[in-house]
Amino acid sequence: MENRSIPLETERDIAVARNEVRNIASQLGFRIIDQTRLTTVASELARNIVKYAGRGRLITQSASSATGKRGLRLIFEDEGPGIADVDLAMRDGYSTGGGLGKGLPGSKRMVDEFKIESIAGQGTRVTVVRWIH
Amino acid sequence: MNGHGRIPILKVGRVLVVPIQVDMDDQTVLLLQERILTELERTGARGVLIDISLLEMVDSFIGRMLSDIAAMARIMDARTVVVGMQPAVAITLVELGLELNGVDTVLNVDEGIKLLRDEFGIGAEEAFDGGLNFVGEQINPS
Ligand SMILES: Nc1ncnc2c1ncn2[C@@H]1O[C@H](COP(=O)(O)OP(=O)(O)OP(=O)(O)O)[C@@H](O)[C@H]1O
Ligand SMILES: [Mg+2]
Repeated sequence: MENRSIPLETERDIAVARNEVRNIASQLGFRIIDQTRLTTVASELARNIVKYAGRGRLITQSASSATGKRGLRLIFEDEGPGIADVDLAMRDGYSTGGGLGKGLPGSKRMVDEFKIESIAGQGTRVTVVRWIH
Repeated sequence: MNGHGRIPILKVGRVLVVPIQVDMDDQTVLLLQERILTELERTGARGVLIDISLLEMVDSFIGRMLSDIAAMARIMDARTVVVGMQPAVAITLVELGLELNGVDTVLNVDEGIKLLRDEFGIGAEEAFDGGLNFVGEQINPS
């Protein structure tokens, strides 16, 4: 599968991103439950970008591990305001936007690998991987 | 999906039935919430039955809409039942950590009707033809 970059700028793009992710996950052979997890993660993290950074992008890549597992890597990146305290943002219930504060911690629970990098004033990148089990 | 407000709201007895058939963008979700509340007020319905059996994903945004509808409907003396949640959706809701506060969930429309009738005394089945066919008036079909 080729890498793809999906722009995230409007609310409509959130729906586009999750449709793309579901299609790719289904093509790669993920079972329904994992397709649903990946789609939900895409919806949460894409919405964070549109809501807090204004714009950014989702990059999708097929992944393979040293032990031969195959999977899907999703990279959500933006050049928005960044997150001052990442540990705090990862806590269940923490929200600066009147949300439920479930997007980041909930996404982490739905994937096998989760990495968040953020620099205040420069932007945020969240990278997740789910392996085909 | 394109176009807003394409989701029909049907009135069946004293129940509003909302069959969600598409992946909704955020605007559509907010609009639907508004329309349900408007129709509750206009019709004096006492129950809201939201069929999500075709929804392939419920994220925090949609989850919150469902809780908000239930909370507002409650203020208007109506009960909300969500029917047909796919197993994969139920699992991701738990993993996300979403509790659908104030929302009763059941497996199918028949059970939803039964719950509204038995628990809350809100009748809808007299308007049903064979259980699953909606024959109520369709409101706001736009
Ligand atoms: N891409 C981002 N850029 C800047 N800040 C972000 C970004 N993503 C998340 N945040 C910050 O992290 C907080 C927690 O995000 P999270 O998605 O967990 O919750 P939320 O978006 O506030 O609510 P929910 O997702 O439950 O509706 C946000 O309130 C926001 O302050
Ligand atoms: Mg969020």
